[in-house]
Amino acid sequence: MCNTCGCNLTPGNQRLAFKPVAKGATAVSVLKGLLAKNDDQAAHNREHFDRRGILAINLMSSPGSGKTALLEATLTALKNEFTCAVIEGDLETENDAERIRALGVTAHQIVTGTACHLDAHLVHDALHHMNLDGVDILFIENVGNLVCPASFDLGQHLNVTLLSVTEGDDKPAKYPVMFRAADAMLLTKTDLLAVLDDFDPDQAEAHLRNLANPAPVLRLSARKNLGMDAWLAWLREQLAAQRARVAIGQSRRPAIQSDGQTFHSASA
Amino acid sequence: MHELAVAQALVEQVEAVIVQHAAMQASLIRVHIGPLAGVVPELLATAFPLAAAGSRAEHAELEFSHAPITVRCQTCGAETEAAMNRLLCGACGDWHTQIVSGDELLLESVELETVPT
Ligand SMILES: Nc1nc2c(ncn2[C@@H]2O[C@H](COP(=O)(O)OP(=O)(O)O)[C@@H](O)[C@H]2O)c(=O)[nH]1
Ligand SMILES: [Mg+2]
Ligand SMILES: [Zn+2]
Ligand SMILES: [Zn+2]
Ligand SMILES: [Zn+2]
Ligand SMILES: [Zn+2]
Repeated sequence: MCNTCGCNLTPGNQRLAFKPVAKGATAVSVLKGLLAKNDDQAAHNREHFDRRGILAINLMSSPGSGKTALLEATLTALKNEFTCAVIEGDLETENDAERIRALGVTAHQIVTGTACHLDAHLVHDALHHMNLDGVDILFIENVGNLVCPASFDLGQHLNVTLLSVTEGDDKPAKYPVMFRAADAMLLTKTDLLAVLDDFDPDQAEAHLRNLANPAPVLRLSARKNLGMDAWLAWLREQLAAQRARVAIGQSRRPAIQSDGQTFHSASA
Repeated sequence: MHELAVAQALVEQVEAVIVQHAAMQASLIRVHIGPLAGVVPELLATAFPLAAAGSRAEHAELEFSHAPITVRCQTCGAETEAAMNRLLCGACGDWHTQIVSGDELLLESVELETVPT
């Protein structure tokens, strides 16, 4: 997007822009984000969402942390309030999309095959297979994986990262790139806390703060319907914020921004 | 695992630079990866030959550089180095900090062969 304006130059890399030219060759300084093509596609996806006033949320976690269960409980609770749609990403099977469709909600399944993460192009293809008219909130359930999904902007406005209480409260310290990117961290399956004596929710929150992340930490159980009200209230708040942004022609990226993007949005 | 996707994106960008400069092929590719970028240089180096096979980046050497993780404290203003999972201010210990460097994922520069060798 901005290979010429110099906005990719930051205090961290500016010294790199002036390397000596090797003999017999032309040295070309590029300083372009490696995933620039994905980021451009993500920006286009975001335009799709913003044009329709849709709030797009990317759900990330380990496999089995309860993303689909959370969606089922959330979609059921919001049924008479908002129109939601879901994009499901999985290595194989349509199972998760079918669970969502069983609730009468539009769902598109992306089967990634061997790819362990969604990217902006996969999401764009999915968008063009869906009817987004009247949709208020689009949930994107990423492939279960605490590593790769954090590197690929999909065009979402918010990242929600789930950590189930069976996984250990030090996951944010072990996967800092993922948890640094969270706009909200959900501690899920809290109904199991009683039988797990080694998961300390406060400790999980402390690990998140160690990543300089101010994101709210919500504790809930989708299965036992515990703590869901605070999560639903957060969603309503975020949808209102998205509508307010759209009204004045603004958008939002997830809390974390790769180098250069920070500078771009600051000047845009 | 996603390093292959990153390697493919890298080769695509290098190909574009080669075309832009009407060069023959790339001889050296410098990539700048901060520790917080979420990409492991060793894995990218392993994936690169797969992604570059048959391209004009095939024979290029891949070189990595990185800046240490540095954070700026929003409370006391100090700029200090930090560890990946402890992005706290080294001066006052506060967690209200911003990344100054360490999350870069950039194609820094490319050396091109402009005449047939
Ligand atoms: N006890 C309990 N189990 C849950 C809860 N949420 C999900 N699960 C179970 O965790 C497993 C994985 O859930 P799923 O939603 O498929 O996880 P996903 O892979 O992140 O989509 C299933 O067996 C769920 O029944 C919860 O709140 N409490
Ligand atoms: Mg699922
Ligand atoms: Zn710019
Ligand atoms: Zn489009
Ligand atoms: Zn991946
Ligand atoms: Zn400080």
